[in-house]
Amino acid sequence: MSEMNRRDMLASIAAGAAALSIPREGLEAAAAHAHEAVAAEEQAQQQGQQPAAYVPKQFTADEYRLVRLLVDYVIPRDARSGSATQAGVPQFMDFILGEYPGNRTWMKDGIAWVNAECRRRFGQGFISCNDAQRRELLDAIAYPRRAREQDRPVVEFFNRFRNLTSSGFWTSRMGIADLGYIGNRPVMEWVGTPPNVLAWLERSKPS
Amino acid sequence: MVQTPTRPPQQSREPYDVVIVGSGAGGGMAAYELTKAGARVALLEAGGHWDNTSSQYSAMLKMPYDSPRRGASTPDRPFGEWDANIGGWQIPGEPYTKAEGTKFDWWRARMLGGRTNHWGRISLRFGPDDFRRKSLDGMGDDWPITYDDLKPWYDEVDRLIGIFGSVEGLPNEPDGIFHAPPAPRYYERRVKEACDRMQITCIPARLSIITKPHNGRAPCHYCGQCNRGCMTNSNFSSPNVLIFPALRTGRLTLVTNAMAREVSTGEDGRATGVHYIDKTTGEDKHIRGKIVVLAASALETSRILMNSKSSRHPQGLANASGVLGKYITDTTGTDVAGFIPSLVDVPRHNADGVGGNHIMMPWWLDNKKLDFPRGYHIEVWGGLGMPTYGFMGGIERYPEGGGYGTDLKQQYRKYWGATVGFSGRGEMIPNDKSFCELDPTVTDKWGIPVLRFHWEWRDTEYLQVKHMQETFRAIIAEMGGEVWSNMPTREQGYGIANGGAIIHELGGARMGASERDSALNSNCQAWDCENLFVADGAPFVSQADKNPTWTIMALSMRTSAYITQQRRAGRL
Repeated sequence: MSEMNRRDMLASIAAGAAALSIPREGLEAAAAHAHEAVAAEEQAQQQGQQPAAYVPKQFTADEYRLVRLLVDYVIPRDARSGSATQAGVPQFMDFILGEYPGNRTWMKDGIAWVNAECRRRFGQGFISCNDAQRRELLDAIAYPRRAREQDRPVVEFFNRFRNLTSSGFWTSRMGIADLGYIGNRPVMEWVGTPPNVLAWLERSKPS
Repeated sequence: MVQTPTRPPQQSREPYDVVIVGSGAGGGMAAYELTKAGARVALLEAGGHWDNTSSQYSAMLKMPYDSPRRGASTPDRPFGEWDANIGGWQIPGEPYTKAEGTKFDWWRARMLGGRTNHWGRISLRFGPDDFRRKSLDGMGDDWPITYDDLKPWYDEVDRLIGIFGSVEGLPNEPDGIFHAPPAPRYYERRVKEACDRMQITCIPARLSIITKPHNGRAPCHYCGQCNRGCMTNSNFSSPNVLIFPALRTGRLTLVTNAMAREVSTGEDGRATGVHYIDKTTGEDKHIRGKIVVLAASALETSRILMNSKSSRHPQGLANASGVLGKYITDTTGTDVAGFIPSLVDVPRHNADGVGGNHIMMPWWLDNKKLDFPRGYHIEVWGGLGMPTYGFMGGIERYPEGGGYGTDLKQQYRKYWGATVGFSGRGEMIPNDKSFCELDPTVTDKWGIPVLRFHWEWRDTEYLQVKHMQETFRAIIAEMGGEVWSNMPTREQGYGIANGGAIIHELGGARMGASERDSALNSNCQAWDCENLFVADGAPFVSQADKNPTWTIMALSMRTSAYITQQRRAGRL
């Protein structure tokens, strides 16, 4: 939500709240309207963007190429939403590494390990490998419970990489829409658990 | 937005009626009550200005993608960039030290209103038993006052501020004057089902959030973002509910960025005002007051008192008995989370609610039948709240054990909202190995001696936390869930949080019936300095298994009334 529109929404809530006179239905409509207006505005902005033109500040060009590939193996496009790169996850990661330098070492060491392991197995780095080779590697490191003891360090790396990718994706506009988060809006009457959810709770009770 | 220009203290020679140090729950309440009673008050705050009703300060209704950090922490906001609290465990230029072997974390807020801007708002009265534990089991000490002494003040705090809850009639969980509590969320219903089967008392939570219009403030709109600073003033924070109304009396002078160093005293030993550092210029300044009220937080107040040395008070103020800095406590704490299969694929709905639990479990057992002497309450978390940085961290803990690709995406969708966590919050008994003192060599950036902490948990705490861990695991099992962590061992302290980590530090200048073993009398008045009062957590004699803020405010209100009565009688 842009600051401008959020401000309008807040102002309407605050004004209504202060006066306690505006029917709260009006507040909710105003809030929803602000949400939609902001969403449209940001979508327009995003369509004008050229993510490929992004120059990373923390990753080398080679590292960034690998990151862009790897995040889409973690979160690919599917029927419901786009991929990690489409949600801006590589740029998010670059920002996080700059803002929280403690992440640089594990990230860069992990990328180096992935490349080294690909060279050992397939004679070339991750970027040059084909899809089947990349998946063979991921199958070895993406499931901690069945990973080999000698792969522990890279399993740890992949856990972190997967967490950071997911953090970036599910907090993006695309990810939030995919999840179906319904909130962050003024509610006049709090019902707690709506009837359909109450019925679902009843049905799903552990026996 | 309230227009509150911060004026420099008046330059006239006339002292203020009262100088208060600290603008949190205790200081804010004293400022409100004393200005209302006609006193001219100066309020010193070590941090800067803050106003939750302004979007310049509050991040209410921001979405995660509004920030490149997605809500992650910043150096002065360890709880996340939108957390309405400037401060932290480590503040540049303001160190504290620890004795060999001590683990202790000290949270300090540096802003108008202090921690009341982001606190959890769990607003519990201490119960009748909590004031007389020594009489009941021989451990710790009794307060010099009883629940009945404080009850009218709790009632006043309820009426002034507003709190939701339910009348339950539980013996040591006194009911208040409540707004209707919000209905429970879906996962809280599942928790309650399990607790009912296990005979664990589970009742609506009691939070200082209003659910109907109250004293000109709008009711809660259930965005779940209390900790970001409520723009509609629907929950309690000291600036919104106490300080801004006090400013409107015209009798309050706010002095921000004022780091109090010591209370000055005259030749007769009485307080004459407060020395402070003007942080904007680095100048050492003095503000005169006929009465001084310290409410800088339990430990910061203790530090100011220790640093207030003079020929009449060689060990510092309120320390004729030597108890200053002693009997400090914090709430015990540990957490357990688990995955609940029967909550997988929860139908999407708005489960934001208020910023906190809608249910709670007050202490429900009899310690006489247990191997530890004091109780704890339980807080619950989970749900479908706004995703932020760290969202569902640790997907490898779920049944598939990790993975990648479209299958992983599906995992996030179905498992979101299927996690429930429990936090225990229990009573620590004061012990003589847990105290603070001035470090003999280390000073802060203004040259003020800093605190050195000594801390030790005992079996009274360890065994209680062990019970928390076992109980939470049992509740998760009862819910058909899987616990993610192994039961911590004795060597791991059963998972007990560090001292200070729960941010409920209390004591250091405790009240008592005798000046031989306490710093303050039952009116929170220093035994050795009659115009000096303390209005934060420092006077507490015991921790109880309850969050302290409501009691801090009831005591501060009571102390303020005593000050007003004494002033009117011409005695102060």
